[in-house]
Amino acid sequence: MNHWMILPILLPAVVAPLLAMSVRHDIVLARIFSVGSTVALLMLGMVSLGIASHGETLTYAVGNWDPPFGIVLVLDRLTALMLVLTSLLGLCVLLYAISGCDNKGQHFHPLFQFQLMGLNGAFLTGDLFNLFVFFEVLLIASYGLMVHGGGGARLRAGIQYIVINLVGSSVFLVALGLIYGVTGTLNMADLAKKLPNIASSDMAILMTGSTLLLVVFAIKSALFPLQFWLPGTYTNTSGTVAALFAIMTKVGVYSIIRVQSVVFNEAGKLPFGVLDWMLPAAAVTLCIGMVGVVAARSLGQQASMMALASIGTLLIAVSASTPQSHSAGLYYMLHSTFAVAALFLIIDMVIIRRSGEGDALTEGGRFKHIGLLGALFFLAAIAVLGMPPLSGFIGKLLVMDSIRGVTGWAWIWALILLTSLLGMIGFSSSGSLVFWKSLSVDWSHDAPQDTKTGLSVVSIGLIVGLLVLLTGFAGPVTTYLDSVAAQLFDPAQYLDAVLKHSNEATP
Amino acid sequence: MELLVATAIAMMTASGIYLMLRARTYTVVLGLTLLTYAINLFVFCTGRLKTNRPAIIVDGQTDYTDPLPQALVLTAIVISFGMTALLLVLAVRSYFESDGDHVDLVGPEEVVARKR
Repeated sequence: MNHWMILPILLPAVVAPLLAMSVRHDIVLARIFSVGSTVALLMLGMVSLGIASHGETLTYAVGNWDPPFGIVLVLDRLTALMLVLTSLLGLCVLLYAISGCDNKGQHFHPLFQFQLMGLNGAFLTGDLFNLFVFFEVLLIASYGLMVHGGGGARLRAGIQYIVINLVGSSVFLVALGLIYGVTGTLNMADLAKKLPNIASSDMAILMTGSTLLLVVFAIKSALFPLQFWLPGTYTNTSGTVAALFAIMTKVGVYSIIRVQSVVFNEAGKLPFGVLDWMLPAAAVTLCIGMVGVVAARSLGQQASMMALASIGTLLIAVSASTPQSHSAGLYYMLHSTFAVAALFLIIDMVIIRRSGEGDALTEGGRFKHIGLLGALFFLAAIAVLGMPPLSGFIGKLLVMDSIRGVTGWAWIWALILLTSLLGMIGFSSSGSLVFWKSLSVDWSHDAPQDTKTGLSVVSIGLIVGLLVLLTGFAGPVTTYLDSVAAQLFDPAQYLDAVLKHSNEATP
Repeated sequence: MELLVATAIAMMTASGIYLMLRARTYTVVLGLTLLTYAINLFVFCTGRLKTNRPAIIVDGQTDYTDPLPQALVLTAIVISFGMTALLLVLAVRSYFESDGDHVDLVGPEEVVARKR
């Protein structure tokens, strides 16, 4: 048994209650525990990446109940990649939070750990109902984090966010009910085995179920026409939490990739819902996002719209569903998660320092650390828009190269390039307004008191450093991502690994 | 019995969706509650409707009702219960902090106030 495989879920699950109950009055101790746990998660992620990179699919039957009857955790290359991405982003955001905003409300650190637990669980599980449960775990934690710090607008946006996700959870349950009703199982590998033998009279029910499942994942990843919750949520929450939420939409994308590659794989010859519609929907998402970047009235709105646009680009790659496009999409996912997170953190620093205007796109005066923040904003904008020399350029190039086999690829190329231009216009105008023009104007408001740079700049520097690494080591990274995509397109290995015990029992 | 259960699920879903589209948080919460009731009943029924059949294996019994949907629905009930409680707490907080229980980010009172 690979007992260590459950540690990425177990560790935050143990640390979070400890933080909530024992050390809630001691913020220093809470910070130490929280960082310690996240660093340990990063180590675990690295170890699992090392083990999974050999190509073996590891399984762990929870409670020693063999699949398909018990819940099974599965670790393959994609899961290991997501674990590392989560803990890396988590660590950077946590370092930023420690510089002050974790103290603005209660229970930041326990919620943060529960969030990581839900994310890790969603990536590790091999069971659809268990995926639902971990979605709920990460959502409950995100509800708390979303309204962290309080305030009327934030609470209202929080309610919208909760309601849309509760509706999403209900749809998820309906989808699971429909699929269970016709197949009698919710284990992903077992489903893949049973789907080819399904009675034709049950096909309509199964198609409805799989379409609803896709709808749920589209809500989570903010795919058009279900993207309306994202700008309001990301704009109104604190920059720290918005940066962590950069990974939340990727859970939806991960679920689409996983369910498509395991359950509705080629062997089953079944379409996963209305997957054909995903390419146009992703293109519209990209357009809405980039137009939003130009139309935004504050830096926060602009970053939220940029997050939406990056989801569009990512899903364009995923919807092409070839090994090459999956590999390109995963590279873009790594890049966009870090780039968007960096953007949100920088904007949060601006909001703290521009006490009068906040992040509104109006002409203000010079504020503290304007040069440093302007330079960082410039870097993050270059990265997020896909300009050379940072990793966004490579990511977009890979995505565009990989969709050349899709019908109408020329239109999509034109769309990606045109929307990049739109985004560039939006970010240049906001950057020159907030940083450049303000440089020569004296500040009329009182300077805010609490403006330490130390850790916050370190954490943003860490993310930018990761982006530089992603650019510098693009070769080795894409080689690994190619192997991830190859494994995704060879589902037989996944099925054999999960169902090996039941195969032995009934040869 | 199938017709009765199906009608009940449909009625609750319809009322739930209607209430959820209202503009104030209280009715939205009520709508969500009705919707989750409908879904719970639906998930419960995916194991097929059977009466007077045990859900656990006993000697001499050949006909069972599927126990798994019952376990799934228990999980779903607990989760939706917790979510609704959290939503209510937030709705009350938001009511006191923003002076109104509108779901929209900018409520009608504020739109009127801005026009003045």
